[in-house]
Amino acid sequence: MHGLDFDVAHLLAGSLVLVSFLELYQDRLYALLNVYAAHALVLAASVAWQAFIQDAPHLYVTATIALVFKAIVIPVALHRMIVRLGIHREIDKVVGVGPAMLAGMGLVALSMVVMLRVTQEADPLAREDLAFALAVVLLGLLMMVTRRNAVSQVVGFMSLENGLVLAATGAKGMPLVVEISVAFSILIAFIVIGIFLFRIRERFDTVDVQALDRFRGERR
Amino acid sequence: MTLTIVLVCAVVLLTLGPLAVALGRTNAATRLVYGASMVVSAVSLAAATVYLVGAPAPESITLPVGVPWIGAHLRIDALSAFFLLVVDLGAMSASLFALGYGQHETAPERVLPFYPAFLAGMTLVVLADDAFTYLLSWEFMSLTSWALVMSHHRVPDNVRAGYVYLVMASFGTLALLLAFGLLAGPDGLYTFSQMRAAHPSAALGALVLILALVGAGSKAGLVPLHVWLPLAHPAAPSHVSGLMSGVMTKVAVYGFVRIVFDLVGEPDWWWSIVVLALAGVTTVVGVLYALMQHDLKRLLAYHTVENIGIIFIGLGLALAFKTHGMNFAAALAFTAALLHVFNHSLFKSLLFFGAGAVLAATGERDMEHLGGLIHRMPQTAFVFLIGCVAISALPPLNGFVSEWLTFQAILLSPQLPAWGLKLLVPAVGALLALSAALAAACFVKAYGVTFLGRPRTRAAEAAAETDPYSLAAMMLLAALCLLAGILPGLFIDALAPVSNALIGAHMPAQGGSQWLSIVPIAASRSSYDGVLVFLFMIISGTLAASAIHRLASNRLRRAPAWDCGYPDSSPATQYSATSFAQPIRRVFGTVVFRAREHVAMPPPGDTRPARLLVELHDLIWDAIYAPLVVGIGFAADRLNRLQFLTIRQFLTLVFCTLVVLLLVLAVWS
Amino acid sequence: MVLIRDLVIQGAQMLLVLLLAPLFTGFVRKVKARLLRRQGPPLIQPYRELARLMRKEVVLAESASWLFRVIPYLIFAATWVAASLVPTFRTGLLFSWSADLIAIIALIGSGRFFLALAGMDVGTSFGGIGSSREVMIASLAEPAMIMIVFTLALIAGSTQLSTIAAFMTSSAVGLRVSLGLALIALVMVAIAENGRIPIDNPATHLELTMVHEAMVLEYSGRHLALIELSTWLKLILYVSLIGCLFAPWGIESAAAALPTLAVGIAAYVGKLAVGGFLLAVFETSIAKMRVFRVPEFLGAALMLGLLATLLRFVSESF
Repeated sequence: MHGLDFDVAHLLAGSLVLVSFLELYQDRLYALLNVYAAHALVLAASVAWQAFIQDAPHLYVTATIALVFKAIVIPVALHRMIVRLGIHREIDKVVGVGPAMLAGMGLVALSMVVMLRVTQEADPLAREDLAFALAVVLLGLLMMVTRRNAVSQVVGFMSLENGLVLAATGAKGMPLVVEISVAFSILIAFIVIGIFLFRIRERFDTVDVQALDRFRGERR
Repeated sequence: MTLTIVLVCAVVLLTLGPLAVALGRTNAATRLVYGASMVVSAVSLAAATVYLVGAPAPESITLPVGVPWIGAHLRIDALSAFFLLVVDLGAMSASLFALGYGQHETAPERVLPFYPAFLAGMTLVVLADDAFTYLLSWEFMSLTSWALVMSHHRVPDNVRAGYVYLVMASFGTLALLLAFGLLAGPDGLYTFSQMRAAHPSAALGALVLILALVGAGSKAGLVPLHVWLPLAHPAAPSHVSGLMSGVMTKVAVYGFVRIVFDLVGEPDWWWSIVVLALAGVTTVVGVLYALMQHDLKRLLAYHTVENIGIIFIGLGLALAFKTHGMNFAAALAFTAALLHVFNHSLFKSLLFFGAGAVLAATGERDMEHLGGLIHRMPQTAFVFLIGCVAISALPPLNGFVSEWLTFQAILLSPQLPAWGLKLLVPAVGALLALSAALAAACFVKAYGVTFLGRPRTRAAEAAAETDPYSLAAMMLLAALCLLAGILPGLFIDALAPVSNALIGAHMPAQGGSQWLSIVPIAASRSSYDGVLVFLFMIISGTLAASAIHRLASNRLRRAPAWDCGYPDSSPATQYSATSFAQPIRRVFGTVVFRAREHVAMPPPGDTRPARLLVELHDLIWDAIYAPLVVGIGFAADRLNRLQFLTIRQFLTLVFCTLVVLLLVLAVWS
Repeated sequence: MVLIRDLVIQGAQMLLVLLLAPLFTGFVRKVKARLLRRQGPPLIQPYRELARLMRKEVVLAESASWLFRVIPYLIFAATWVAASLVPTFRTGLLFSWSADLIAIIALIGSGRFFLALAGMDVGTSFGGIGSSREVMIASLAEPAMIMIVFTLALIAGSTQLSTIAAFMTSSAVGLRVSLGLALIALVMVAIAENGRIPIDNPATHLELTMVHEAMVLEYSGRHLALIELSTWLKLILYVSLIGCLFAPWGIESAAAALPTLAVGIAAYVGKLAVGGFLLAVFETSIAKMRVFRVPEFLGAALMLGLLATLLRFVSESF
């Protein structure tokens, strides 16, 4: 309808939503890390395509950052962390796969409705990319909320950030300095979380959030 | 002319009741009552069919009975004629069935007087043209069916069933009373033609919709008002169960259609959302409950709930399209719903008659005590199989056609502008597809456990074939199922005047389509040819059979079952209804029913058997009705103190009421 | 003249799928064996199996009924009619308008209904295992399939398979998100419906891992031959369906000239080869799932189908 550019951009944004659903489906930590690497890969491809059709070379840098840091460095680092901490490899879920998928569907529908109604006058490509991006953000939040394992919560947080990057690139004209600062703040947050995970593990021998709640004195 | 014929038939049915009382317990009474009902219903059916396929012009009549200044208005138009057709077809087949089945009745004097009255009540509801006649006939229908439910009153389950039924029916009638009161307005315009002319405001219309949903929906079996249905329908004698499930629920659908599509005027945009949401939930919940049952008649009753959900999905879609002015799509959805009304009355009656035949032959309703009946009751098994295939929406039978039309209507919905509908309709489509697949699973279970396999008890081993009248009734319905599946165009064209009257448009005439196919929208878009599919299946089956006959060896040898080398002569090792439903219970039931399985395993060395306990919770009853019952009990206990006041306190009550009323009068005027 | 040509093409289509079905299964088995560094059976082994089964006598259980003997013919009839209506090398088949995609799915569903009844007929526990698991799988696979049909119908504007195939070959279709989601969901559903790994193992001999094999455990001789042929027909039906919907190159409409016929058939055989190879690779690289992981797998397919339909409802450009 609007040509190949439109369709490929849509396809990549939709694949990002699909990979977020795939993250919700996983129940083993290593598999989750692989899926997160795929998530970052699709994001890099999407940003690179946006750079191509918007003719904005600085977005190629963003794509490279996403590829190097998020698809390679972070999954490898998380992998090492899991091995060193000896974290239990199976992900404990608060809600099962079925209800989580249904909730995910509801969130996608919600983000469609909200974004497409609020941005009536905007460019159609940007609108629909924003709708997908909001869906990725909400799905990342859903992952953080429904998982007991700290590593999977970190992965949820990272995919949430990926959704934000998608939104920013789709909206046309995100300056490079913003991206670099956002990326660095994420990296700092990641390092901090990593340090805390090590300290918690040293003190309490576990990173299960429910067990940690018990230690805080809050009985559920 | 048609109206006079139908009215005379109703009056004859009413006189059959007292006649049955007069004849008492004689054998002649059974034959006479059912035979006369069958003939009268056939006459009425013929009149209604002739009226519907001709050019139906509304006829009305006012009888000087009932309320003095209103009288009793009766009217027949296209919608009434269609539902009259459904009622009479059901009545005729039930009476034919009962000519044989009634011989097994242990208490005929409790069934025979009320049966023709029940038929007359349903006929009068469909013909009523003013609020009083409608409500009177509705209550009469409820009361006579209640009497039929209570006919075997020594069974404790039946007493509870009758009680719940009476309470829910009264509640439904109250809702309908309020709805008609709101439509009549302060001027007391009780006739339907006056209500049609008046145009209620949006708020009033919304209230009437809710009340109609509650009132007619509870009689039809919409969740969460369906709780009486699986208790009452199985408790009645089998031909009455078939009538209640197949026909009375459709009379309730008629009430809903008459109020919402005809009397209340222009619908508001959000009405269809409520109807669709309720209908979607009803569909899935009904079939999941049915899958958990091992009582054959209760399974069928819960399944009725699912099919009512499908009908209301069609009606909700028709409302949605009508609100946004897409009359052509509305006609498609409406025709799909009405076609399902007809189809469901056919196969549900057939299935209930089959269950009645099994009950009469073995004395068992529980599937876990049956099995292997296909060898002992071959003809009943054959027609029951046709019913199962039809209800599972498999081509080339009729269940598939109405479901296909509903799907086509759903595929037209992206053109609807409302956002709520854009999100709700695909979800409802998914629920419909899910319930269709689950319905097929349910009937594999019902047929497989009851008729196939090996007999599990002595009663099942000793079963004998049913009598010819019952078989004739079931074969008639099975033949109609096949006909409606192969030649659906005929029935769609017959429904055109109904949708014309209520929606203002109708589906394109199917009579001229090539090769007798049906084309709901346009030939390029979709079409279905029942005749060709049926012919193709026969041709390929025959080709395969002749090829095998020519090329393959035709030797055959009987031997014990292979069973992977562990043949067990005990029929208890085969799958039971509970075990068949276990995978689905585990997938869906843990959420919908809080289903849990507990295994009590004896220690090693102990020769006692392990025990499996399946725990199912009826969440709707626990969440809505149980607190309601507790609350009413609590309130009743508190209010009981009013019985024990002194004389002075009673006088104070009277005095206070008088003072309050005088105050109201003073303030208001 | 036109009618005769159309009849010939329709008849050729019916015969082609019937003749290619055993060859396709043989090809998949051969590739799987080669991937596992075995020689594998020859490509025409399935034809030999059919011939062998036809020659043998039928051993019927004592408690089997007339329905047990009729069901193989019913299943074959339903599956063959469905397979004849899926365009392989030509669209616009003569009788393609008599049953659209929903009817084709329902025909396969009726085949499955009767197969499940056959499992219950003899009254053994293994038959019950197969039937109850099969209907559980079907209760999720069929709605997922219907959602995929909805997505395709909303994109192409029709549920007729010929119209959808013609639309896919034209340039009006772009790279739609919902099509991508529908493709993934269709592959998942096809694997489930045909009882391939990871849902069911078609080569298993362990009774407790059986779904399809448990239902046909009591069949022998010519009946078993018909049921095996129907299973192979169903597999080739699904591969042809994926091919004509998502890889429609080489399919011309029925009115096109004769040389394109050769191209069409060659393209179809090529698609079957690629599809069979991918199936074999997939089956070799993944393990069979536990039975109660299957609902999660199919639930995901249903959600994907629902998401694709939802996207189409929400906006035309998805």
